[in-house]
Amino acid sequence: MSAKLQKPEIQLRTSPHLHSPRNVVMIMRNVVYALIPIAAFSVYNFGISALFLLIASMLSCILTERMCNRMMDNESTIGDWSAIITGLLLGLTLPPGFPLWMACVGGLVSIGLGKMLFGGLGFNVFNPALVGRAFLQAAFPIAITAYTPAMATNRFAEFIPTTLTIPFAEPAVLTEWIKQVAVDSFTGATPLMAHKFDHIATDAAALFFGSVAGSAGETSALVIILCGLYLLVQNFADWRIPASMLGTAALLSTIFHAIDPAKYPDAAFTLCSGGLMLGAFFMATDMVSSPVTPLGVWIYGGFIGLLTIVIRFFGGLPEGVMYSILLGNAISPIIESLTQPRVYGTQKVARAKA
Amino acid sequence: MSLLNIFKSGKALDRGVHVPEYKEQTAHLPIRRLPFAPMLVVPLSQHAGAPAVAVVREGQEVVRGEPLAKEDGFMSVPMHSPATGRIEKIGLAPSVRGELAPAIYLKPYPSSSQEVLYGAPQDIQNMTPDQIVSAVQRTGAVGLGGAAFPTHVKMRPPKDARLDTIVVNGCECEPFLTTDPRVMLEQPAEVIQGTRIAMKCLSVPRAVIGVENNKMDAVEALRKALGSETAITVEAIEAKYPQGAEKMLIKVLLNREVPSGGLPSAVGVAVFNVATLAQIGELLPVHQGLIERVVTITGPAVSKPGNYLTALGTPLRFALQQAGCTDETASVILGGPMMGPSISSLDVPITKGVTGILVMGRADFNHRPDRIYPCIRCAACVDVCPLHLNPSRLGMLARKHEYETMESQFHLMDCFECGCCAYVCPSHIPLVQHFRVAKQMNRERKARERETAKA
Repeated sequence: MSAKLQKPEIQLRTSPHLHSPRNVVMIMRNVVYALIPIAAFSVYNFGISALFLLIASMLSCILTERMCNRMMDNESTIGDWSAIITGLLLGLTLPPGFPLWMACVGGLVSIGLGKMLFGGLGFNVFNPALVGRAFLQAAFPIAITAYTPAMATNRFAEFIPTTLTIPFAEPAVLTEWIKQVAVDSFTGATPLMAHKFDHIATDAAALFFGSVAGSAGETSALVIILCGLYLLVQNFADWRIPASMLGTAALLSTIFHAIDPAKYPDAAFTLCSGGLMLGAFFMATDMVSSPVTPLGVWIYGGFIGLLTIVIRFFGGLPEGVMYSILLGNAISPIIESLTQPRVYGTQKVARAKA
Repeated sequence: MSLLNIFKSGKALDRGVHVPEYKEQTAHLPIRRLPFAPMLVVPLSQHAGAPAVAVVREGQEVVRGEPLAKEDGFMSVPMHSPATGRIEKIGLAPSVRGELAPAIYLKPYPSSSQEVLYGAPQDIQNMTPDQIVSAVQRTGAVGLGGAAFPTHVKMRPPKDARLDTIVVNGCECEPFLTTDPRVMLEQPAEVIQGTRIAMKCLSVPRAVIGVENNKMDAVEALRKALGSETAITVEAIEAKYPQGAEKMLIKVLLNREVPSGGLPSAVGVAVFNVATLAQIGELLPVHQGLIERVVTITGPAVSKPGNYLTALGTPLRFALQQAGCTDETASVILGGPMMGPSISSLDVPITKGVTGILVMGRADFNHRPDRIYPCIRCAACVDVCPLHLNPSRLGMLARKHEYETMESQFHLMDCFECGCCAYVCPSHIPLVQHFRVAKQMNRERKARERETAKA
């Protein structure tokens, strides 16, 4: 004892000497955990095509990240799980029968253009998965709107014909195939499309539980809410973002529905249809591309909710969550600069220049 | 802000963190006296302000409690002899900050009774505020909570300040440390006596003793000692770090905000640590000097942790030998683990501002940062910063060496380095260290600018 104290090897450290058990890897891993039930439901709903779609987009993201690390002579960053999140999210926002090679292109763009080009984790301005999806929407507008029915017979035994499209070839037309497998008279439209273009309402329960057509992971509001709540309660995502985003969308929807019930859907339909739930809980909450200030977070969420409604109700597209979040990401630095918290002991809100 | 936090209520800090307390090791242990070290080293600067001036010669014999050094101006305090013995030399000794600083080496006589023979009763009731202030200065009392700010200076607030409340800080929000609760439990009468003296000196009608609710026994002890007194109240507040910082405590107890860069007197408050007031309450009536203090020696690598009444000037090496340090000693921290500096030499003596000695073993740094990730802008730091700063942005600016922007636009100088941001940061970014560097760079830049302006 004393011998050691005569010649101690004392390490100098900087305070604080304690540290919370949380770390980046743990946060990212938990987001992946929260996404797994959504992915599982997606596979249950759409069969092996969805499974392979998710695997393809994830693998593409991971390989792209590793390749970029190599090219930039950096340590591998795939261990932080963030590429897996991007891959999963990208896959979940694509139609289940989306050609796998196109999904791989999406993964390449997501990670390459959306993330690594900016400097990797922490430096991306936009949500990488949505950057990839926006690219795919522009590049393959037909494939990305080719929806197939949920709960198709034989979905675990055979692929949706478009899934295995040969790279750079034209994907097959699905009309005949859908007639064979669809349980009911499926028209190839998502509930949002049906409502917008044909004014056909979809059963609310089906929307809530997810047995409707749509992108692989966006159909079941129930599963997404449960998984999202896991993140919020554990504080792995900011609860204020989904609260303000969904709140704004619901409020606006209620108002417009009251004005013209035939044209505009009610709040329940707005919330449960399309990618709003998935976007609110898993994409708008992406920490890197959302503001850090408490007030800014409310504004950011509200802005995305507002924009979604504007695009859905008044725009040419049936769905607007993706562009809304991307635009939200774009104005996030400005929101943050304008909403710097009032520092203790100062009178006015300190305005910082961006 | 966590989703679950919105369901909580009660008087507590709005930001800050719930740090594991680790107080169970020593909270129940009564204060015990540590023996005298074979050599005591009394630095001349143990406080904020001008160092004291030695009034003894080498070779001189001193009695316990006798002044060793006198104050140098108003912003300074005297030092008293912690033991009866002989002055070996007056020379340099290692200090907490790493540099060598002037100190008095005192060799205690082993055969002495070590009685305090200095001092005489004085009648505080009939003293004027100015007399109390100089009497407090003569005790050499400084803030025992860690800041070591001369107590008498706080007792003479700026002329234009109108004080209405005294806040007594019994929070001890740092993990591991248990000196304040022990003082409140064992010396409640002295705490209250000291509070009354401060109230009389500042002619303030009201005092609030703020204690965190993880020390309800201390709250009970104080309330019992207060009896029917209504001018002094004891408030139990929810335990949360860094509630013991005076600005935070004023906000929680009185809902007042000390202006940025200002003193508590600007909002009519004077803040004293409980242990400081206990010392005033004990020393002032008998006109003695501050020669010892309670130090919590604790940590995973200590075999006999406890709350030790330690003679000022006891070298850490001796104190740690007495408390039984195991071989696994890896790091020695003066004060608590959130703000305490780790020290490089065990020859550093215990001074008036040392609240505790925390000894960490090699395996004890929980969740040691293995790798620093980029900021993922999770906003955890923004949600915990008690001053409502934006540590995330400050950290990014520090990374780019934009120190001026940090100060001019993001209130860097308000940061008091409580460590909440670095504690929660999932990327393990050493934010507090970044801020310390930035502050120092700014100070140096300003000094350079002054130089050029002169030339």
